[in-house]
Amino acid sequence: MNATQTLIALWTLVLKEIKRFTRIWPQTLLPPSITMAMYFIIFGNLIGSRIGDMDGFSYMDFIVPGLIMMSVITNSYSNVASSFFSNKFQRSIEEMMVSPMPNWVILAGFILGGMARGLGVGLIVTVVSLFFTRLTMEHPLLTVLVVVLTSALFSIGGFINALLANKFDDISIVPTFILTPLTYLGGVFYSISMLPDFWQGVSMLNPILYMVNVFRYGFLGVSDIPVGWALVAIFAFIIVLFSIALAMLERGKGIRS
Amino acid sequence: MAEPALSIRGLTKVYGNGFQALKGIDLDVQQGDFFALLGPNGAGKSTTLGVVCSLVQKTAGKVSIFGIDVDKDFAKAKYQLGVVPQEFNFNQFEKVLDIVLAQAGYYGMTSREALPRAKQLLTDLGLWEKRNGSARMLSGGMKRRLMIARALMHRPKLLILDEPTAGVDIELRRSMWEYMRRINQDEGTTIILTTHYLEEAESLCRNVAIINNGDIVRNTSVRGLLAELNTETFLIDTSEAITDIPKIDGFEIKQLESTQLSLVVHRGQRLNDVFKALSEQGIQVVSMRNRANRLEEMFVSMVEGSGLGAIDQRVEKTEERV
Repeated sequence: MNATQTLIALWTLVLKEIKRFTRIWPQTLLPPSITMAMYFIIFGNLIGSRIGDMDGFSYMDFIVPGLIMMSVITNSYSNVASSFFSNKFQRSIEEMMVSPMPNWVILAGFILGGMARGLGVGLIVTVVSLFFTRLTMEHPLLTVLVVVLTSALFSIGGFINALLANKFDDISIVPTFILTPLTYLGGVFYSISMLPDFWQGVSMLNPILYMVNVFRYGFLGVSDIPVGWALVAIFAFIIVLFSIALAMLERGKGIRS
Repeated sequence: MAEPALSIRGLTKVYGNGFQALKGIDLDVQQGDFFALLGPNGAGKSTTLGVVCSLVQKTAGKVSIFGIDVDKDFAKAKYQLGVVPQEFNFNQFEKVLDIVLAQAGYYGMTSREALPRAKQLLTDLGLWEKRNGSARMLSGGMKRRLMIARALMHRPKLLILDEPTAGVDIELRRSMWEYMRRINQDEGTTIILTTHYLEEAESLCRNVAIINNGDIVRNTSVRGLLAELNTETFLIDTSEAITDIPKIDGFEIKQLESTQLSLVVHRGQRLNDVFKALSEQGIQVVSMRNRANRLEEMFVSMVEGSGLGAIDQRVEKTEERV
């Protein structure tokens, strides 16, 4: 395929993915906005007013970046995991496999589709948060960069999960038992400086902590961990996971007999 | 001589569980041919086509499409190839038009090229009125036609049809045959067909390969294969109930029902002799037909017997499908 044909193929796949999650918006776009509104009301307004300040900011202001990031992570991941697995399950993945599209285009198409949903939901949650607080952004470019990279990273994660999955249960195990605990323990609701030294050390092993903190740094200008370090780590994870996903796709893991 | 549309050499496939689905097969399909690949379930047909379409990874061997070695440039080879699989493999929740347009996009076609092409194909296949409906709302026959339209979007020179008329009613099947004939004859598209309806293969195809247990047991023209048919079985309906089975020298006759006989005719025997003898015995024939499709008789004899010697065997199980 020449460059133009490759771009057309990529755009076709991305558009198809966007159409998919917008077609089922009551399942994909509406629930996170309602869930996050509940978080803002209960944790931000009702309980938050009794908690007081966190790292020098109101509790509502503190949790908003974390909750936006949590929405981006879960939606990026689950979009790719469920879409790619559905394609495997319905065998419509064969449409792509028999076409001349290179494997990297298939991978990139699903990742961009996941990012479109993750970032779209992130935007919706941000708009919802404006009903509860006035958001300020100390470092807009950094904020955008880290949320885009995080969305890409978890989209790739969702893709690998779907490639390895044999049944629908397999694509809910990682979000339920790994992503959700790591996100809740990743400094969304508290500053790790509140923890004893030992648990601070343990928390530093949680990759989601870095993403949440850099994102919060973009909004508030405060972070529990070094920002540059976190960016390097996210980049490295993206490169490693993309390479693994592409290698699996080239080998036909889970899709070719 | 032009490169074959499909050339397969020494194709072997051993699955992870150790099952050897293909045992080093060789096969050529010439450009413009309408070719049947026949075999019983599990013989290796779908594995062969799966390798050609890149859905199955081969263990060994070489596959070329219009002279393009798939190991060297599969992307280029895939441009020549359209695939209609045995099972529905599109997203049932997508719109009909979106499905064919997406396929065009995967081949790098612009929407300016793809939309008129989609309109033409969906119209030809009677689906244009359904274009904005969800694919899951289509009938089984319409879904099959949708997969044909999708496979033809990028104008492939080689079309692989894996049981395209399975579960389709007779009228629709005939109209699909006409369509397939048209794209083969008018547009020069080479077609490889697998089917369980041997009447379909006999009616449409010029050449045939029969695969059994992972080996090609026969690769010849349909006409040539039928010429080797030494025995045909006919069903004869009589005007009145038969009390005594008629005896005619050299012919094998059985009574199936009170007014129906089966007659085995070997090559060289004349039906005139049968009619004359029946008439002399006071039996009036009202109709007569082949008990089974001729190719089916040949096919069953080949896959049931041990190799080609089996084609002389008399066929009894003609009701079976491949």
